[in-house]
Amino acid sequence: MDIQSILSAAAADSHGIAVNPWAAVAYLIAGVFFILALRGLSSPASAQRGNRYGMAGMTIAVVTTLVTHVPMKFGDATNSYTGVDPVGLIEILAAIGIGAVIGIVMARRIAMTAMPQLVAAFHSLVGLAAVAVAAAAYLNPTAFGIADAAGQIYTVSRVEMGLGIAIGAITFSGSVIAFLKLNGNMSGAAIMLPGRHIINLGTLAAIIGLVAYFTVDQSPWVFWTVTGLSFLIGFLLIIPIGGADMPVVVSMLNSYSGWAAAAMGFTLGNTAMIITGALVGSSGAILSYIMCRAMNRSFISVIAGGFGADASAASSGSTEQRPWKPGSADDAAFLMSQADTVIIVPGYGMAVAQAQHALREMGDLLKKEGVTVKYAIHPVAGRMPGHMNVLLAEANVPYDEVFELEDINGEFAQADVAFVIGANDVTNPSAKTDKTSPIYGMPVLDVEKAKTVLFVKRSMGGVGYAGVDNDVFYMDQTMMLLGDAKKMTDDIVKALNGGGH
Amino acid sequence: MDFIAIFSIFVLACFVGYFVVWSVTPALHTPLMSVTNAISSVIIVGALIASAAAGSASSKWLGLAAVVMASINIFGGFAVTARMLAMYKKKER
Repeated sequence: MDIQSILSAAAADSHGIAVNPWAAVAYLIAGVFFILALRGLSSPASAQRGNRYGMAGMTIAVVTTLVTHVPMKFGDATNSYTGVDPVGLIEILAAIGIGAVIGIVMARRIAMTAMPQLVAAFHSLVGLAAVAVAAAAYLNPTAFGIADAAGQIYTVSRVEMGLGIAIGAITFSGSVIAFLKLNGNMSGAAIMLPGRHIINLGTLAAIIGLVAYFTVDQSPWVFWTVTGLSFLIGFLLIIPIGGADMPVVVSMLNSYSGWAAAAMGFTLGNTAMIITGALVGSSGAILSYIMCRAMNRSFISVIAGGFGADASAASSGSTEQRPWKPGSADDAAFLMSQADTVIIVPGYGMAVAQAQHALREMGDLLKKEGVTVKYAIHPVAGRMPGHMNVLLAEANVPYDEVFELEDINGEFAQADVAFVIGANDVTNPSAKTDKTSPIYGMPVLDVEKAKTVLFVKRSMGGVGYAGVDNDVFYMDQTMMLLGDAKKMTDDIVKALNGGGH
Repeated sequence: MDFIAIFSIFVLACFVGYFVVWSVTPALHTPLMSVTNAISSVIIVGALIASAAAGSASSKWLGLAAVVMASINIFGGFAVTARMLAMYKKKER
């Protein structure tokens, strides 16, 4: 037996239709390349190579499909030409070209601070593409090899298709809301609809029920109702979730986009899609888990939404005017230039103020003075996992100066200065001590252990997202630097330059 | 391929995904999201099949629309990941 016939025997599908064995092998290779792409991200040194594996895998998958599914033209009365349909092929290549231009332009233009929005927008496209593919498969099942001669779609395929369109639609509408919230087109606050839990559970039950019913009745109304309800629940699910929970939401939608691809992979019996879907699905799920753990919240409570609403009521009782110490950029510059070790704690406020470049400049000047500068990143700092790391990398901060919470928390006790910029809740010691605090149990950065804490904050009025007062503001060793994060950092840089040592 | 064979691939791939993703350094979680985004657009395979198939015009146009959307994601996702990864530098010594 030669390889060709072994492969052919192995690759016949369940419905007896022969699958091109070489195509099946090519898709498998593409899947392996995608695994290598993620594997590369285990260290910044190998990450770029990993990304190239990803591109190679995608090229293999696309070229294989283009070669095995060329649009064909069959001769009729007016024209006897039978063969490749040039118009159809040009249409497909044009579609790829249009997408390529839009995608590359977006990728080049986007500011690094707007990364969360871009990722949300990309998720919505995966979701919508999954919906479109599932709908196309529903309208033309024989082309996908999922229907019998009478046009009845196989039962297994109906379930897969129903799940694919439901997950795809939820991914799309959920990502659209996440995008609008992250981009500031929609209030980042948690918006509560009365009776939303009942509405959501009812809608979800209806979707599951209809997908089950779809297996016995493939009429269009069932299919399109599932689609419509899934779009609806995507909106409903994400609307009540507030801005600081966005890292969880974005990760969750990442996961959904993977499951949608996997469901379509089942429909098409395509290994590249199934492997990728499983990889992306688990990736998003793990990121959601890491984000939830970093906030000490259960996934259910994040999805149920509305964090912060009851918290403000809890903290209002203990609010009293407590004394705090203001400081100037000159004071901060002096304190830090005299220090041995400075740990910088950036948060979302740094991203909003675009202060990362000024911050790196400040770090460079301090290093010139012989100060050891390190950065401490809380897992939920920012609006998506790893957001701060990207911004610091953009500002040319070497990644080996940037540390995760577990790795650096022990060092605050030896640090002379903790420089907190645009972060608040992630430094709040009441998460460790105050059982009534809404953020109790959340792992926090121990900035209060440093000899001096410099806290850059817009004003004393606002509290963090969780609506909890932070005891660090009122400690003896804390100096509050009130003002815009970027302006304050620029002023410190000027003071360091002017100091002249 | 029969359902069980495909399902086996899926379950094993979930495990591979689990271990591979846990080994990703937290500093690269944002590039992880953008690259997973790009590769989940492998759904373009389904879109290409739909747009090349004869028999239903609406199915074909849905397919072409999906090809455009997936291509935006593929090219945009890989390009933005490459742009981000190029920024991660080690300390110069």
